[in-house]
Amino acid sequence: MKNYENPYIPHTATIEDTWYETAGDRCIKTFKVVLDDPAVRESWSHRPGQCAMIGLLGVGESMISISSSPTEKGYLRFSVLQAGKVTSALHQLEAGDKITVRGPYGNSFPVDDWKGKEILTVGGGIGQAPLRPIVEYVKANLSDYAGLTTIYGARTSEDLCFKGEFGEMEKIDGVCCHLSVDIEEEGWPHYVGFVPSLLMEVNPSPENTIAITCGPPIMIRFVLENLKKLNFADEQIYTTLENRMKCGIGKCGRCNAGSLYVCKDGPVFSYAALKDVPEAFA
Amino acid sequence: MSAKLLHKEKWSEFTGRLSGKNLWAPAVQGEVKKFVPVAEGETVSLEGGNTTVPPKALIFPQTETLYRFSRGEEEPEPPAIDEEMVLLGVRPCDARAMALVEKLFRWDFDDPYYLKRRELTTLIGLACNEPEINCFCPSVGGSPASTEGLDILMTDLGESYLLEVLTDKGKAIAGAVEDLLEEAPAEALKQKEKLAEEALAGIKWSVDPEGIPEALPQLWEDPLWERVSAPCLGCGICTYLCPTCYCFDIQDEVEGSAGRRCRSWDSCMFAEYTVHTSGHNPRPSRRERTRNRINHKYSYFVDKFGEIACVGCGRCSSLCPVNIDLIDILRQVKAAQ
Repeated sequence: MKNYENPYIPHTATIEDTWYETAGDRCIKTFKVVLDDPAVRESWSHRPGQCAMIGLLGVGESMISISSSPTEKGYLRFSVLQAGKVTSALHQLEAGDKITVRGPYGNSFPVDDWKGKEILTVGGGIGQAPLRPIVEYVKANLSDYAGLTTIYGARTSEDLCFKGEFGEMEKIDGVCCHLSVDIEEEGWPHYVGFVPSLLMEVNPSPENTIAITCGPPIMIRFVLENLKKLNFADEQIYTTLENRMKCGIGKCGRCNAGSLYVCKDGPVFSYAALKDVPEAFA
Repeated sequence: MSAKLLHKEKWSEFTGRLSGKNLWAPAVQGEVKKFVPVAEGETVSLEGGNTTVPPKALIFPQTETLYRFSRGEEEPEPPAIDEEMVLLGVRPCDARAMALVEKLFRWDFDDPYYLKRRELTTLIGLACNEPEINCFCPSVGGSPASTEGLDILMTDLGESYLLEVLTDKGKAIAGAVEDLLEEAPAEALKQKEKLAEEALAGIKWSVDPEGIPEALPQLWEDPLWERVSAPCLGCGICTYLCPTCYCFDIQDEVEGSAGRRCRSWDSCMFAEYTVHTSGHNPRPSRRERTRNRINHKYSYFVDKFGEIACVGCGRCSSLCPVNIDLIDILRQVKAAQ
């Protein structure tokens, strides 16, 4: 009988560092983890946009986007919003604790095809987590791209992830950063309003540009509308989808949008590929 | 392929002999008919119609352990799957279903649990001489005497069984009971052909699937989904007992410092199947869930694997407590086209 590899058995990893990105009921905590087995660590290779099943034995697993770029070596980063059973259990963990990791899963942003282009990311809330690896990747390989513009917003400044990283980014030649909060607050020096409005304010040219958006469904809807108003072609727009998942490897059935499995055919889709898929934005 | 004849007076010795090989055969238990282990020396009756519970339950158990773990132990431990199994009396539709489901379990990532069990299992089929009321296998590429997925196909010729030995696994079984078998005369094969033709003619339901995979995406917002799902109770029986349904849930069970991660059959007819942690559900009502069930079988699976994920066994129609009928849905799809 053939000796099959078992794709359901996870690797173990140790949390090297962890911190809160945001506070509140649905707070976001980032975990910087190192895979325990040196051989697994060596052979691990992911591309920007891919996800992993992270979890705890006895509790369960959740599909979380890998928010570190492949250019950040030796560790993986996951930014996890506390929402259900597994993510709440993960939030209890501190540096030194163990988690399980399976992956990397899914497709990725076609960063090689995008060489020579201007990269625009448009994110909202936790939606910046899947966008962070593309931001970091383009930053690390900036000479391959025409430039990088990041538009990112949240309800309040407290709700922004990766706050410390944007100040440094702005200093880099060829990188632009636009932040927003939904509601006026004291001392906020940036835009006040919703992300889709900020996008119109920034008014990016579609010329030689790829736009990638991720955030709450309502934000994505209006960002897509506005990108169309700005004359972006469907092929120039990318987004990532998420759905409930259990296996992560195209077997358990539930994450489909039409005939596409988000876990295997996604999570990254061009708007051209997605716009006629039933349930894609359900 | 070789053809053998087994006289019925040797039937109990035949099944008795196979019972030493971890033999499973249909039996009625309470209100359901399902495959049960045959005790050493016990005889088996293949009388009556197909099982309520398809034999998929033996390859893809309703609940199975993916692995066990305990605190302090680094490596989760999957259970050993190494026991050979012989299923006797598998209907051609259910064997075809296994061939279809295997495509999914081999897609990109091999599923070791399903594939190992499938490899360790020998399927001895039984041609359906008397198809049941809701059978429609010919409409979806099957037949009452289809051999797809089987290792041996048996046909009840009255006084004897004709055994068509189809694979090496089938040969191994035939070899083990060689002294009970004789070469099948040409007459027996002719009789089988006649029975197969009669069985085919006895199937009352049909639908021409031509055009359905292409029509379904066009009918996404059609009122037919509201109509056909209106009586649905969401019990999930149409998926649980469907031989081509394979969706599963994964849950952890813990007792003290040890536990197991297991997978269990799940159903796209349940709200929990797709509900996000936020509470948002991309398929909020039975309309969307019924639409997904039909689209998955008659369109998405066709897109991915080139075949319809339905073998026409009729269980979903027969067992639905509110008489939702698959053929009726498919005919409405064709009419709405």
